[in-house]
Amino acid sequence: MHPRIISELRAIVGERGLITETEQLRTYECDGLTNFRVVPLAVALPASGEQVQAIVRICHREGIPFVARGSGTGLSGGALPVESGIVISLARLNRILDVDLPNARVVVEPGVINLQVTQQVAPHGYFYAPDPSSQSVCTIGGNVAENSGGAHCLKYGFTANHVLGLKVVLPDGEIVELGGKTLDQPGYDLMGVFVGSEGTLGIATEITLRLVKRPEVIQTLLAAFHSTDEAGAAVSEIIAAGILPAAIEMMDNLSIQAAEAAVHAGYPQCEGLLLVELDGPTAEVALSMERVTAICRSCGAWEIRLAQSDAERLVVWKGRKAAFAAMGRVSPDYIVQDGVIPRTALPRVLREIKQLSEAAGLRVANVFHAGDGNLHPLVLYDRSVPGQEHIAEELSFDIIKLCVQAGGSITGEHGVGREKQKYMSTMYAEPDLDTMQLVRCAFDPRHLANPDKLFPRPRLCAEKPGRYEPHPLEQAGIAELF
Amino acid sequence: MTVDSQTLHTDLSAIVGAEQVRAAVPADAIDGVQPQMIVEPDDEAQVAAVLRLASGAGLSVVPRGGGSKLGWGNPPRSVDLILSLRRLNQVIEHAWGDMTATVQAGCRVAELQRVLAEHGQRLALDPLWPERATIGGILATNDSGSLRARYGTLRDLVLGVTIALPDGTLARSGGKVVKNVAGYDLPKLINGAFGTLGVITEATFRLYPLPAHVRCLRFQASEVSALHRLLLRVLDSTLVLTGAQLAVASESPPVLDLRCEGIAEALDDQIAQLMQFGTGLSVAPLDPVDWHGYDSLWSEDEQELICKVSVLPSDIGALTQTIRRVAGPMQLGWELKIQALGTGMLRIAGANEQTLLAALSILRAESGQLAGSCVALHAPLAVKQKLDVWGAAPGSLPLMRRVKDRFDPQHVLNPGRFVGGM
Ligand SMILES: Cc1cc2nc3c(=O)[nH]c(=O)nc-3n(C[C@H](O)[C@H](O)[C@H](O)COP(=O)(O)OP(=O)(O)OC[C@H]3O[C@@H](n4cnc5c(N)ncnc54)[C@H](O)[C@@H]3O)c2cc1C
Repeated sequence: MHPRIISELRAIVGERGLITETEQLRTYECDGLTNFRVVPLAVALPASGEQVQAIVRICHREGIPFVARGSGTGLSGGALPVESGIVISLARLNRILDVDLPNARVVVEPGVINLQVTQQVAPHGYFYAPDPSSQSVCTIGGNVAENSGGAHCLKYGFTANHVLGLKVVLPDGEIVELGGKTLDQPGYDLMGVFVGSEGTLGIATEITLRLVKRPEVIQTLLAAFHSTDEAGAAVSEIIAAGILPAAIEMMDNLSIQAAEAAVHAGYPQCEGLLLVELDGPTAEVALSMERVTAICRSCGAWEIRLAQSDAERLVVWKGRKAAFAAMGRVSPDYIVQDGVIPRTALPRVLREIKQLSEAAGLRVANVFHAGDGNLHPLVLYDRSVPGQEHIAEELSFDIIKLCVQAGGSITGEHGVGREKQKYMSTMYAEPDLDTMQLVRCAFDPRHLANPDKLFPRPRLCAEKPGRYEPHPLEQAGIAELF
Repeated sequence: MTVDSQTLHTDLSAIVGAEQVRAAVPADAIDGVQPQMIVEPDDEAQVAAVLRLASGAGLSVVPRGGGSKLGWGNPPRSVDLILSLRRLNQVIEHAWGDMTATVQAGCRVAELQRVLAEHGQRLALDPLWPERATIGGILATNDSGSLRARYGTLRDLVLGVTIALPDGTLARSGGKVVKNVAGYDLPKLINGAFGTLGVITEATFRLYPLPAHVRCLRFQASEVSALHRLLLRVLDSTLVLTGAQLAVASESPPVLDLRCEGIAEALDDQIAQLMQFGTGLSVAPLDPVDWHGYDSLWSEDEQELICKVSVLPSDIGALTQTIRRVAGPMQLGWELKIQALGTGMLRIAGANEQTLLAALSILRAESGQLAGSCVALHAPLAVKQKLDVWGAAPGSLPLMRRVKDRFDPQHVLNPGRFVGGM
């Protein structure tokens, strides 16, 4: 980068707010998807929204691409730097600006850690509902960009359902406010589009969130089944009974082993473990829990435990939340996959994953948000065995194709980023993608914000959107999938 | 408008068949703007083809569902074609095991609800006039009622949409599963866009079970402030209500309706707790069938204003004071129904257009301090012609225009009706 630009940036963020040394830059070369690595030209660490704006203005003037970064825990390469660009880290924008309890709202800067929001309001009986397993480290800005979910999204919804307003630095350096503290603001719901746009539409510098009142009681049940089929049937029956649990998580034997090895949650050793959490008014939870217990029994659960105290509940959850990291205990390497299927397709898709896994000769561990059909198959492999990484990648892709064929999605919460760009066209036809590009072009005609992510191939904004062509699945004769 | 009506009729007939094209009559006019023709496609491909034709010929198009809210928005700058979605009225799939449903845009809300109820489910939304309103129409106008207290609005319920763009592109976005973050969330962009970006042909929703039991209570007080305090108390409690609606009017005492849903035995507890919160206020059980939403605010009376208002929950009391302060001296009758989360509808009946216009302007200026919004949904034409029904343009209007220009560069769809004259 031209020294003039470097000194301009330094003038904005100060000596310690700019990183240009290669060794230090390496800290930023990847996110949670570590097999993609790119060293950026520089990393800027602004301390205010105005500084973010000033940096983006320079980028716009000079045509320098930029990638926003929160904590870098993303699992799809969203925060992967661009070689010819800079990284804008939001880590120093970490203030909670306003807490408005009568209206159950908080305003935060993007670098605030997810869990800190809940910690701030917990003494008043409130919490921030979206709870990715990474919540003790990931930022609200990253959550907004990825529309992150968590175990409790089944009942409470995703990040998109909890963001009320955003202040955004657009890729041309202008600042806009989208949404706000009051609901249903006139105009297009551009805030709704920004959430989940993976840093491709600009940088959020202030975020207004909705808080939720902590329920009167929370109860967590563990049920051990002889198979994931049985556990899956129980999930369907619970939902069919009109019960909406706060969370329903499932783990298969391999995940249980790994979680046990890592955190000793005391899980029963079984083929399919369900973790069902109910919350709400005391009487309702008690009655619903009786029904859930009966359903689990009738579906074949051979052991059922109700976590009796907050401490017990925490241990149960710790095992689940540590499941990804715990895979390191049972395999040297693994790929975390994130696909969605209609819940009713669960038994079939799990069987097919098993067949694929056997055919590929690699183990697949399953840990997932069963209530909403969000699978996290973990493909286990050993990089040191020649060719195995490639087989693992193929297997992981085949699993995603299964999800799409079942009428699902290529990603339920981890995003497309760099990792799944090429999968986008398995789910969307060209006109669908072209239409999304219209939004991109309205916000960022020069493609400076996190370029070359999310879409399967770069597209110039001057191009006209194409005519309707049959969807790939329509052509394949599976027309009614969308 | 660059083609004569004979050519237009022929061209449209070639797409949808002659019996599904007819000349517009005066009753089809929108805010006094007379369209030329009504076209009723059979499927989404025909919708797209009609749009492509209209774009090519430089015609303006107003999509129409049940026609129940065509008077909302600013008067259109021009209308050549009304594109009726009447025939796209099928519930395509009710995947009850997955609690999702895919439905065509022209399906009436009540019809969808009847189909879903067969499996004990519902679209958890209570918009205006469900027997008339269509899925496309409620999405385009982002309509909602009291259930939003628990289930949110359409942005929280819609999973996927298919839209036809003015150039004839048919685009699907979102999906059929409740969780999906692949690509931009276009369903949210389309929701509430007033049909100015594309024509919705189909949508997929997440569903909820019909409640096993419903109990409602009605609190009354002589002062709004007492009910507002109760409302805030309920919001700050662990109770989970599916409705909390405050009604305040110039002529009658304020009431607060509260609704809980769930297992019968568990509801007793919640009701008891609500009664305890409201100690000192007059309270009576309310039969759930007597719960009235916004429908009751709407009459056929032309000389009235109906506004959609939105303020912070803590400002609801202040809003009612503002309305009283503005309407009182002008001797205007009014009625406000507002949900706990701060969104509501306000009816102001006035002697003539000048007073209504004055009332709205003052109200907007005064409520500006409350940092909310006040959109005139219904107003006499003379009033609509003198102001932007949407109120002051939002700061993000230039960006909104850029989005509009990308989707609809020739401004074919609903020209002028939306925010900032888009
Ligand atoms: C162990 C583990 C468990 C996880 N569990 C879950 C889970 O349960 N659910 C889930 O959804 N995810 C999960 N994740 C993924 C990840 O934590 C989330 O995607 C998270 O939201 C990323 O936040 P971050 O601050 O690390 O963002 P980063 O990884 O730094 O960035 C993510 C994306 O956001 C963009 N971005 C960051 N800040 C901004 C901003 N201010 N404005 C605009 N764009 C911005 C970046 O450019 C990038 O595209 C998990 C990850 C790990 C490692």
